[in-house]
Amino acid sequence: MSNDLLVLDQVRLDIPAGRDWRTLVENVSLTIAPGEAVGLVGESGSGKSMTARSVLRLAPPGARLSGRIEFDGTPVLDLGPRDLRALRTRRIAMIFQDPRAHINPVRSIGDFLTEAMVTHLSVPAREAHARAVRLLADVGIADGERRMRQHPHELSGGLLQRVMIASVLAVEPDLVLADEPTTALDVTTQSEVMAILDDLRRERGMAMLLITHDLELAAATCDRIAVMYAGRILEVQSAETLVQTPRHPYTTGLMVSRPSIDRVAHRLPVIAGRPVAAFEAGAGCAFQPRCTQAGPECLTGRPPLRELAGAHVACVRAEES
Amino acid sequence: MTEILVRADGLQKVFGKDMVAVDDVSFTVARGQSLAVVGESGSGKTTVARMLLGLETPTGGTISVCGRVRQGRAGSAERRRRAREIQIVFQDPYSSLDPLQHIGDVIETGLALHFPLTATERRTRALELLEAVGLTERHAVMLPRQLSGGQRQRVAIARAIAVEPKVLVLDEAVAALDVSIQAQILNLLADIRERTGISYVFISHDLAVVNQISDTAIVMAAGRVVERGPTAELLRTPQEDYTKALLAAVPRPGWKPRRRTPSPSGSPAGTP
Amino acid sequence: MKARLGPLGLATVLLLGVLAVVTACAPLLAPQDPNQPDLFNALAGSSGTHPLGGDALGRDVLSRLMFGARTTLLGPLFTIVLSTAAGTVLAVTAAWAGGRVDAVISRLLDVLFAIPGIVFALVTVAVLGPGMTGVVAGLAVAYTPYVARVVRSAALRERNLPYIAAAWVQGRSAVAICSRHLLPNLRPIIVAQSVSALGFAIIDVAAISFLGLGVQPPTADWGLMVKNGLDSAVRGQPMEAVSAGVLIALVVVAVNLLGDRLGRQEGDLR
Repeated sequence: MSNDLLVLDQVRLDIPAGRDWRTLVENVSLTIAPGEAVGLVGESGSGKSMTARSVLRLAPPGARLSGRIEFDGTPVLDLGPRDLRALRTRRIAMIFQDPRAHINPVRSIGDFLTEAMVTHLSVPAREAHARAVRLLADVGIADGERRMRQHPHELSGGLLQRVMIASVLAVEPDLVLADEPTTALDVTTQSEVMAILDDLRRERGMAMLLITHDLELAAATCDRIAVMYAGRILEVQSAETLVQTPRHPYTTGLMVSRPSIDRVAHRLPVIAGRPVAAFEAGAGCAFQPRCTQAGPECLTGRPPLRELAGAHVACVRAEES
Repeated sequence: MTEILVRADGLQKVFGKDMVAVDDVSFTVARGQSLAVVGESGSGKTTVARMLLGLETPTGGTISVCGRVRQGRAGSAERRRRAREIQIVFQDPYSSLDPLQHIGDVIETGLALHFPLTATERRTRALELLEAVGLTERHAVMLPRQLSGGQRQRVAIARAIAVEPKVLVLDEAVAALDVSIQAQILNLLADIRERTGISYVFISHDLAVVNQISDTAIVMAAGRVVERGPTAELLRTPQEDYTKALLAAVPRPGWKPRRRTPSPSGSPAGTP
Repeated sequence: MKARLGPLGLATVLLLGVLAVVTACAPLLAPQDPNQPDLFNALAGSSGTHPLGGDALGRDVLSRLMFGARTTLLGPLFTIVLSTAAGTVLAVTAAWAGGRVDAVISRLLDVLFAIPGIVFALVTVAVLGPGMTGVVAGLAVAYTPYVARVVRSAALRERNLPYIAAAWVQGRSAVAICSRHLLPNLRPIIVAQSVSALGFAIIDVAAISFLGLGVQPPTADWGLMVKNGLDSAVRGQPMEAVSAGVLIALVVVAVNLLGDRLGRQEGDLR
């Protein structure tokens, strides 16, 4: 337990909506070991992004964040502004879906890459420049000198996301939060960006929390996968066993409803209804209204995560499916 | 020999002076056929869709739909006639419906334009159409913002099939949807095709989706067709390197992301 | 549209509401005939029959303020109604047609925008002679780009949304698409923009009246009252100028606040 780099324990996030509160994340508990890659998979409204943001306390304004978040033994929710800033700049880095929205458009790639090194790590400017060029080479951008002089609008989305990854590497954080880092990219670019992220992360022993809607992408790049639905984790398993023996009916549903390039189904097996957010879910298991396995016992309270043959699953009927 | 509904011949589209978006693209769509146009961003696939609908004018080449060549600006009668031939469903379910128009009215407006129905008949028909896409009478009085993304996409499909077109263009129509909703919409599209014999032109970057929904496919890159053939064959035994690379990049069990061998410039082809 | 105006917004709506009632019912509410000179009341201070005293000719200031509200506010209102109508038509035409039509309309609007409203009104007044007609005609032209430029850019954004393309593909006519889809969706921004233009128009009309080129005496008008009141003020009776001036300022602030709130709500809705 104490070996874990990141511990989320009963994390809950509510945002104000008029006079009410809306729950987006409800009792999420998850751990990440140093160097481990964990995939957080879910559909819209599942709270996967908000969970990742909560780690850095990047919740929307006015939001109420509770529970316990511990990073390397430090309780994140108790940190003062100064320590929080240090945590964000030195220890945990975030990669976003849309790099264009997170890189200052009027400054050069070089400025963007060296700024963090110069201001936070007190690296001399000349050395920071040389290091930035090396980092660009690491992410597969060979003509770094030229790229350093360019501006974000001159680069494609895929290149920009690699610049983003290089900027993350520059501070060598212990944990990378990657929020749908390849969703906006083409498939071939996605493959490349994920490969780069994977390689460099392993080389440097960085842990990663990959937030994605793509179960197969997570399975291919992560050690463990947590499946989220309506603000809760429904299942956690090693990536390998999850794709072979999913324990939660929702996970199974996600896997079979996705079309495949190897076979054509006459009709795809579907999960009826639509995904809901935590605050929209009724009593009982949040997935119960869409679940084919649901029985009367699913209506009494949210099922907690429990261990089942090496997996953790939040379903009272998991043995039967 | 089945009837050819869409014939695109040597299509070309140049934006501005020299931005060639589509270059020498030809294909046909037969009655009841589902053709996928596959490509990554910048491949020109969406421009092809927009030219088929008359939303862009081709710089070169011809398009004929239902045996009639489409050219020049159309008068209102001609535009209504074309509307009965080909319709479209867009990618973004949030902006493809008028935020102020009630769902029932969305469907009825299309019906009123094309069929001599009384108000009651129109209403009944609109409800039938909503039911055909899995919505109910309850939804008819709602505004788009009261519906989820998947439901809005169902409305967009109902709006398109309301005018009973021969061909439906689906421009990344399931790309913005959640996985569980995507499957529902794909099944709905399969049902509609089975029931009505409509043809699809399915624009997509997603090979798995394309495999599920199309009979034949063309693969586009940088405005040109690089490979074409029956979808199953194309995905099982791709001939061109580009198609192979596309296939290799699709995550699936046992797949690992791969770095491409760095080209001399350090950037893969196609990225500036 | 559910209004969330806040206390300040509510106060402005209330103030403008009261003004509207007074303007409409001036003949019923005014204590005196606004144009009846009364030499005994000339430059008189506040009294029971004349709460705000009299002007240089002894006319009742309160009654003149009430009747003056009509010309002072109706003139700008007409101006804005005209310029909003013209501006919206131009903006939607430009956004819909695009290309050369858009270029011509946009350049025209730029040129108009470069000329101050007062200058325009002076020209039309020179042609049509002093009076409200000339002022309204001139200012209506001058304010057209103020509305049109904002509406055009909103219309351009809206026009490129897929729901417009879908309506086109369904075979709807351009006129139907513009009037049934574009305009309703642009309405909030049109309203917000024209209300804030109204504030400026009130100042312009008052200024022109102050110059003596707008409403002609003996008709009551706040701008004129400020001008005439200045002479009275020199002779020790500032009530007329001050009350008219304060009212102009109050109305302009209220209208601008309202426009600001409406504009912000438009932002919230998006």
